[in-house]
Amino acid sequence: MDAVLLQVLNGLDKGSAYALIALGLTLIFGTLGVVNFAHGALFMIGAFCAVTLNRILNINSITLDPERTDFLGNPLQIKTPYVEKWFGSFGSWMIEYSVPLAILLAIPVMLIAGMVMERGLIKHFYKRPHADQILVTFGLAIVLQEIVKSYFGANPISQAAPSAVAGSMDLGVLIGFAENAIIYPYWRLIYFAFAATLIGGVFCFLQFTTFGMVVRAGMADRETVGLLGINIDKRFTWMFGLAAVVTGAAGVMYTPILPPNYHQGMDFLVLSFVVVVVGGMGSLPGAVLAGFMLGILESFASMPEVKGFFEAIFLPSIDQIIIYLAAVFVLLTRPRGLLGRKGVMED
Amino acid sequence: MSDFKLNRRGLLKSGAVMGAGLAMPTVFAGRLAADSHAYLNAPTGNTVTLGFNVPQSGPYADEGADELRAYQLAVKHLNGEGDGGMMSTFSSKALKGNGVLGKKVEYVTGDTQTKSDAARASAKSMIEKDGAIMITGGSSSGVAVAVQGLCQEAGVIFMAGLTHSNDTTGKDKKANGFRHFFNAYMSAAALAPVLASRYGTDRKAYHLTADYTWGWTQQESIAAATEETGWETVNNVLTPLTATDFSSYIAPVLNSGADVLVLNHYGGNMVNSLTNAVQFGLRGKQVNGKNFEIVVPLYSRLMARGAGAAVKGILGSTNWHWSLTDEGSQAFVKSFGTEYGFPPSQAAHTCYVQTLLYADAAERAGTFNPCGIGEALEGFTFDGLGNGPTEYRAEDHQCFKDVLVVQGKENPTSEFDVLEVVEVTPRAQVEYPADHPMFAGGDLGSCNPGA
Repeated sequence: MDAVLLQVLNGLDKGSAYALIALGLTLIFGTLGVVNFAHGALFMIGAFCAVTLNRILNINSITLDPERTDFLGNPLQIKTPYVEKWFGSFGSWMIEYSVPLAILLAIPVMLIAGMVMERGLIKHFYKRPHADQILVTFGLAIVLQEIVKSYFGANPISQAAPSAVAGSMDLGVLIGFAENAIIYPYWRLIYFAFAATLIGGVFCFLQFTTFGMVVRAGMADRETVGLLGINIDKRFTWMFGLAAVVTGAAGVMYTPILPPNYHQGMDFLVLSFVVVVVGGMGSLPGAVLAGFMLGILESFASMPEVKGFFEAIFLPSIDQIIIYLAAVFVLLTRPRGLLGRKGVMED
Repeated sequence: MSDFKLNRRGLLKSGAVMGAGLAMPTVFAGRLAADSHAYLNAPTGNTVTLGFNVPQSGPYADEGADELRAYQLAVKHLNGEGDGGMMSTFSSKALKGNGVLGKKVEYVTGDTQTKSDAARASAKSMIEKDGAIMITGGSSSGVAVAVQGLCQEAGVIFMAGLTHSNDTTGKDKKANGFRHFFNAYMSAAALAPVLASRYGTDRKAYHLTADYTWGWTQQESIAAATEETGWETVNNVLTPLTATDFSSYIAPVLNSGADVLVLNHYGGNMVNSLTNAVQFGLRGKQVNGKNFEIVVPLYSRLMARGAGAAVKGILGSTNWHWSLTDEGSQAFVKSFGTEYGFPPSQAAHTCYVQTLLYADAAERAGTFNPCGIGEALEGFTFDGLGNGPTEYRAEDHQCFKDVLVVQGKENPTSEFDVLEVVEVTPRAQVEYPADHPMFAGGDLGSCNPGA
């Protein structure tokens, strides 16, 4: 039971990342009808906002320690970050909390990146076939990841969570299990709470604001909204920016869970597309539901007992294919996806 | 069916075609048709071309970049430029800094992308189009095995870069292939006694293993070596090479009864699985009345840097480390550090050394013929290139030398200072017979000069 609960928690955590990326993807597909293969790259750029802020905060002055030497035998360079020099303990606090603080950097960066991407490139492909959109956005994703690689290198870059929440807690003891039964990292719990809040925020924004109401109306019937004198294109551009912010923020907060690398976006992209298709193209609740469901399914498939069972019936590496098997099953039985509208994926 | 008529002209034509066909090597027939030399890509001008096949893109691109830096430095030194690096400390004095056999060394590069197909394609292109006489590089055993096979078919020497699977000089060994880097068996042989003395002999180990040739042989080796000291292997779970989040593999470990987690992972897999393991509080927990421990059998400084503080105190092995104080290592660190501003990685070291060893073998053999070079390398003993006295064993073309056991440093002074050497394991302790079961099943065959 404790092992099952642990995998549910793990699944919720993975699912949070899938759901946030899929939510962004769905926002773009629902509003603009564009299949954005560069969306994973936005997650990666968000993660590198955290790396960049950390590096900015660590810009330092150098003094030499004559008593110690570096690898070439020269006096060792002692690097003191300027923020620590100028602001003392507040400066140290800023470095310590650079990951959550990076959201403040990521919001404008992602908003601008998303809107520039939409206005500069993607709008020229609205009337082109989906295949063209996929090609151009996939190409853009490769360009973006190569730029990041040339600046930051190919290796993962460790981003620590603030030390106050870097450890893990014994969740099992809280709910009456034995000691060590369910150990779970604080940051993953924070990530789940963050994802739930962000998803709730996006839904509230779309549901309860005038802007959101117009956007939803535009998603249902773009032409009619346009005929009412509303510049729906402009609002959709903002929605693209918003989708980029959601995905970028998800990337920032994910950095202490897995050290970011330039290829991270691609790693998430395919899975997120599966999530969107399973949830139902264009359905925001569907994307979130499928994200969590597939995350949990993937976690269970990684359990030694489950792997062993499937190996015994000649289905090895079930953990690698379970999500795709689930997608096949859902699409065969319900082509529109779990919560998709009729007409998007089926007649 | 068409009629078959034999006449004089037809017979001559058929004979000519058959003769040419028989004279061609299997893979590189086109090039050799115009080449009357006794071996493939024999240099005819005053230059000789080497092929550096490294990951320039993909997840090991940083490692590939470091390998390429080392190769460029080696070429510089071979051509008499720079400070000469380890040429001055190398026990063989055949190299004079005037190129190799009087020919200036030039090089071409290829991108393996850490994919076997791409690596073979780039090696083939360097051999066919650029006339490379030797191929070297890589940072994955899957790639190394694939390219080694190609070089054997083609008839050029392959000086393996970073490849740690037992199979490279085990079941997949080839007469044209040579490996300076250590292997999984040697890692395990060096590490197991240190693990036993630090953590005791009654440990229960849980293994997570990358699901490909390197992971399998690494796990087999470390499990066998630790079991010999009294450890029990509780479980071995294979993880996909493409996995990024290892939390669902790590979460069950604490409840498995194991008190040690062995991460048979490398590269991005190692960074992520170690990060996950530390996040899940495996370190600092008590299981079976003992402190829970994590072991990373194969360390790389570049990867350790990626894992950040998670590596602190964690034991593993490495082929070479820049903090070694022998004359050769220090000469290389000085040369590389002055050129690039940071210390070399173990991948850079092994690639640099392989280039020098190839060049030296050519000088001693007096030819670039792969068979002559193979003969010069087989059983060759040398010193001054780091890790103490070393031998290229004739039976499997594996180098035998001291192996380092390292530990993530608790108080690093810089981003390069992440590992510290805790033990230099003498060569005798990591040596094994060529017909050891973990290396059985292959055949070295005979050298192929490509003609």
